[in-house]
Amino acid sequence: MVENRPYLTVLSHLVVILGIIITVMPIWITFVASTHPIEHIMDGTIPMWPGDKFFENYATVLGAGVADAGGIPVGTMLFNSLVMALSITIGKIAISLIAAYAIVYFDFPFRMACFWLIFITLMLPVEVRILPTFAVVANLGLLNSYVGLSLPLIASATATFLFRQFFLTVPEELAEAARIDGAGPWKFFKDILLPLSRTNIAALFVILFIYGWNQYLWPLLVTTDESFYTIVMGIQRMTQAAESLPLWHLVMATTMLAMLPPVIVVVVMQKLFVKGLVETEK
Amino acid sequence: MAELHLSGVQKIYPNGYHAIHGIDLGVADGEFIVLVGPSGCGKSTLLRMVAGLETVSDGTIDIGGRVVNNLEPADRDIAMVFQNYALYPHMKVYDNMAYGLRNRGMAKDEIDRRVREAAGILEIEPMLDRRPNQLSGGQRQRVAMGRAIVREPSVFLFDEPLSNLDAKLRVQMRVEIKRLQRRLGITSLYVTHDQVEAMTMADRLVVMNGGRAEQIGTPIELYDRPETTFVATFIGSPSMNLLEGTVAEGGTSVALDSGASINLPDPRADLAGRSVTLGVRPEHLTPAADGSGMTLRLDLVEALGADTLLHGHLDGDERRLVTVRLSGHFAPGQDSVQVAATDAVHLFDRETGGRI
Ligand SMILES: Nc1ncnc2c1ncn2[C@@H]1O[C@H](COP(=O)(O)OP(=O)(O)O)[C@@H](O)[C@H]1O
Ligand SMILES: [Mg+2]
Repeated sequence: MVENRPYLTVLSHLVVILGIIITVMPIWITFVASTHPIEHIMDGTIPMWPGDKFFENYATVLGAGVADAGGIPVGTMLFNSLVMALSITIGKIAISLIAAYAIVYFDFPFRMACFWLIFITLMLPVEVRILPTFAVVANLGLLNSYVGLSLPLIASATATFLFRQFFLTVPEELAEAARIDGAGPWKFFKDILLPLSRTNIAALFVILFIYGWNQYLWPLLVTTDESFYTIVMGIQRMTQAAESLPLWHLVMATTMLAMLPPVIVVVVMQKLFVKGLVETEK
Repeated sequence: MAELHLSGVQKIYPNGYHAIHGIDLGVADGEFIVLVGPSGCGKSTLLRMVAGLETVSDGTIDIGGRVVNNLEPADRDIAMVFQNYALYPHMKVYDNMAYGLRNRGMAKDEIDRRVREAAGILEIEPMLDRRPNQLSGGQRQRVAMGRAIVREPSVFLFDEPLSNLDAKLRVQMRVEIKRLQRRLGITSLYVTHDQVEAMTMADRLVVMNGGRAEQIGTPIELYDRPETTFVATFIGSPSMNLLEGTVAEGGTSVALDSGASINLPDPRADLAGRSVTLGVRPEHLTPAADGSGMTLRLDLVEALGADTLLHGHLDGDERRLVTVRLSGHFAPGQDSVQVAATDAVHLFDRETGGRI
């Protein structure tokens, strides 16, 4: 229970405050840097307070793009990232739900074999199978396309496994009651299982969206056409601008923008997300 | 409204377990049948076969003159109430009750009429907008009943619907379910392992044991004339006392192995010399004057208020526990009493346990 020991309270608050500073400080510096002209950053002292170039810098980044990094507007890259992250997230959730539903509720030959097959792929994340996957995507002519960006990342053992575990906790009588109520397999899935999985879906949505948004290696491999570049690769390219020093103030502005969508997703989904992690609504 | 007929119904589970060994049962229109038996005897299995949740391995199930063996549960015109209620947690009470009707494509205003009528009968109108997790156990039970009622089925199926409730509520709901079933006149099959529930609710009981129907009859028939020692001990509380003995010459009495002798109300000359199990209910043992009857050495006395239960063993038989139910109070401090059997004694074959 809550103990009333003053020095412990002070100590724990100190730890929390320290933790917050460590976490927030880099973000603050990034933000501050994104509001200064480049000279302020390059002169050796890092400013601690925002400058007056907020609108200018962000307008540059969003509009024309950074010339030295190929001049791709950040907006395009943000859009690409969004499409990729959403496709991966929605695809993963949809496929996992259906796979878990099949494995838990239907009796078909080699059911457990299917389950283990899916489960084993947990051991094969993209990075491990990247060459064969690339070959397949290339042969299918999917390089430089949204499909190529997202499809290979969609199959998901983790989410299938999580949904399977959740479905197993749904009382069997619920499925039987639904059968008596005349709900076929599809109706049961749509009217009962899906609404019950709502919080789990929300939790997975957040986790998978961030996973998809942060993809780096794969987009780097499958896109050569700049109009398909994603924001995470974009930032990396900006820091390696050829023949000149990186335009740090613009890099920082881009970074701030890249952080925004995951933050929005977390904030919007927060209530459901937490619910999904801590309770099961049964 | 319909009759229900089971003939030669068997169940063999896919793992080879033979759960039901052939049950024949005819249920009249509007009759309330209770399936009772110890845990694992196959009550739920049988009920679930009628519901269509388990396949029938052999025999036929006939509801209202229609063999339903191969019909989906939704097409059998039945409604089922589950032990854990099985309400849809994310739906409001109203939708829980309406869901099955919507799936049948019933018109909205007819659904509304039925749901409100059922809610009225069950007195859950104020809760129609709540979710199941905002209801107490008893209220959930009512919603589960409501979901069954709105379907206006031919047969109600109940699988231990009261076993999640506390004792007081259980008694109350027991009366309500029975009253409701009377009022609606719907043929019902009710599973329980609680013999008091079974006795009080049933028009007729099916006592099940190891996948077989040991005896089918009205509560009074089962109480007065149990056909086997299993039924004899299962029905009635506390259980019937079973005492080993041998029928004496002339068949007028049974000489117990413990040494005492019990007179038979109807002489059974045909059984003379036969080894039997004599059954006598605790309430059919009464105090006797000193010197007559049997001596009961007391181990434990339980005062229930109206009655007193005496537990002990007969002189000469240390192993066999005997219970006596006395009406009224019992003076403490005695370590033995004289008891005699009234006329209500039962004879069973010692080998087969069947009534003779
Ligand atoms: N799906 C199943 N597969 C194999 N055996 C089962 C299955 N369901 C129940 N049984 C067995 O059948 C017997 C009867 O079960 P059940 O009908 O649930 O008993 P109860 O009378 O307690 O309701 C039990 O011994 C149980 O272990
Ligand atoms: Mg059962």
